[in-house]
Amino acid sequence: MNLSQDDLATLWLTLQLATTVTAILLIVGTPIAWWLARTRSWWKGVVSAVVALPLVLPPTVLGFYLLLAMGPEGAIGQLTQGLGLGTLPFTFWGLVVASVLYSLPFVVQPIQNAMEALGERPLEAAATLRAGPWDRFFTVVVPMARPGFLTAAVLGFAHTVGEFGLVLMIGGNIPGETRVVSVQIYDHVEALDYAHAHGLAAIMVLFSFLVLLGLYGVQRQKGTFGLTYGKNR
Amino acid sequence: MSISDCPSDTIQARFALQRQGDFCLNVDVTVPATGVTAVFGHSGSGKTTFLRCVAGLEKPDDGYLNVKGEVWQGPSRLLPTHRRPLGYVFQEASLFPHLTAKGNLDYAIKRASDVFDVELYDRVLEVMGIDSLLERHPHQLSGGERQRVAIARALLIQPRLLLMDEPLASLDMARKQEILPYLERLHETFDVPVLYVSHSVDEVARLADRTLVFDQGEVVAQGRLADVFSRIDLPLGFGEDAGVVLQGKVVERDSQWHLARVGFEGGELWVRDGGDALGRSVRVRVLARDVSLALACHEDSSILNRLPVTVSEIAADKDEAMAMVRLQSGKEYLIARITQRSRQRLGVEPGRQLWAQIKSVAIVR
Repeated sequence: MNLSQDDLATLWLTLQLATTVTAILLIVGTPIAWWLARTRSWWKGVVSAVVALPLVLPPTVLGFYLLLAMGPEGAIGQLTQGLGLGTLPFTFWGLVVASVLYSLPFVVQPIQNAMEALGERPLEAAATLRAGPWDRFFTVVVPMARPGFLTAAVLGFAHTVGEFGLVLMIGGNIPGETRVVSVQIYDHVEALDYAHAHGLAAIMVLFSFLVLLGLYGVQRQKGTFGLTYGKNR
Repeated sequence: MSISDCPSDTIQARFALQRQGDFCLNVDVTVPATGVTAVFGHSGSGKTTFLRCVAGLEKPDDGYLNVKGEVWQGPSRLLPTHRRPLGYVFQEASLFPHLTAKGNLDYAIKRASDVFDVELYDRVLEVMGIDSLLERHPHQLSGGERQRVAIARALLIQPRLLLMDEPLASLDMARKQEILPYLERLHETFDVPVLYVSHSVDEVARLADRTLVFDQGEVVAQGRLADVFSRIDLPLGFGEDAGVVLQGKVVERDSQWHLARVGFEGGELWVRDGGDALGRSVRVRVLARDVSLALACHEDSSILNRLPVTVSEIAADKDEAMAMVRLQSGKEYLIARITQRSRQRLGVEPGRQLWAQIKSVAIVR
């Protein structure tokens, strides 16, 4: 396989980005999913819609607004500058923030579905066994919704690896900082360097296939929840 | 009513709750905090909602709950479910599917009121007969086994009050028969008051010491089984199942004819010998449809049991052709379901002395 030093660097960066984003998504997405699964508030519709927006928006639109918001004049930009962090666009962490927003529905919705499927009964049973709210969440909800978490993590990770438009808008193309695999492939093709493009593209195909194969394998064994893409809800 | 006048050996519950639609619950009861109290009624009568209010799973609009002198709910206090020292057995198995049977029991042990008690653990496992099931997951257990594990789990939390919501309702007849003995042993072995929700006369007759009868969100009768089940003025509509439950003792065993004589407060009855030892306390059920009335004591019939009775009350049956008659025998009561025509022909009136002929008597426990 034909991989340059540069290609390996982009692979490594992509892996770092996707891992970081997935970790943050699970931490941020879980409480959102829990709230959405349990609430009867009028706000549920609004929050669901906002979370699902990245599913329908072109990445360039999301990227455009994020670029403005995280820029020197934007609200997020002002905040990060005030904290002495500089501005986020064209940095690794800028990519992380953008990716978290972009992949949020892919993580929230499977977890939410799994949590809704639990119903009231296990929680009531746990309450009659003296488990308080936090206890119930960690000893009943999380383990019972585990297939949902697994699906969420895989989808969040894969979706982050696969994004392109948003990366270009927010990250640009800075080697070692924001140049991820999808952008690198684009560059290779632009330069008519099909040999290198082939190498990376093949790795992506193989990676995606293996991830999905693994996921379906686990789900088939567990026989619990199907792979629920956000769009099919 | 002040809080202090609730003795420490009773459960006092007052709940008012209005739900969407026309369902409302309006109860104010005090029951002894010992033995098994059946919460009996048709589906939709509010009995499960009542139990859920006791558990704190349902929040009544207004309520007061005092369990053995401890206020669980009052004007300024609503103890959340997980702070109430109760055990709860749901209608369908509510075991955690991600844990083994043992894991489910451990879940309770870890959170129990008192420190782990090996002796209690062994006793619970033995009484429920689940020793060999511990390593299995809930989906590898039968419905009856799951329910036994669920009951064991509720006992291991060391509750001060055990709530059971139709624990047998989701099981078929064979499974019910499999579990009932375990429930009886539970009653005999563990000193914990039980509120047992059921719509089954059979279960209540077998398990309960007293009953609360629910109808349309209200308690319409309460007291000893013998008293409540002999009432003919209740809108229970037992129909074919109407009958009394009598507490008695085996006073003689006739080995030649395989019969046993059971003495109770109102006389004596011959029953088929079920193997109960002399002196053993048993509970018998006499169905209203098995009791016929006669003006004289007929020795010339195949009927074994004849009791002199006094008519105390007569009520119309749901069936136009039938009448329900309440009969006093000693200190206890029987009920008979006879045709209106016979009632007229025999001149059955309150105060009239008659002979009750009892075609069949069953030992239920």
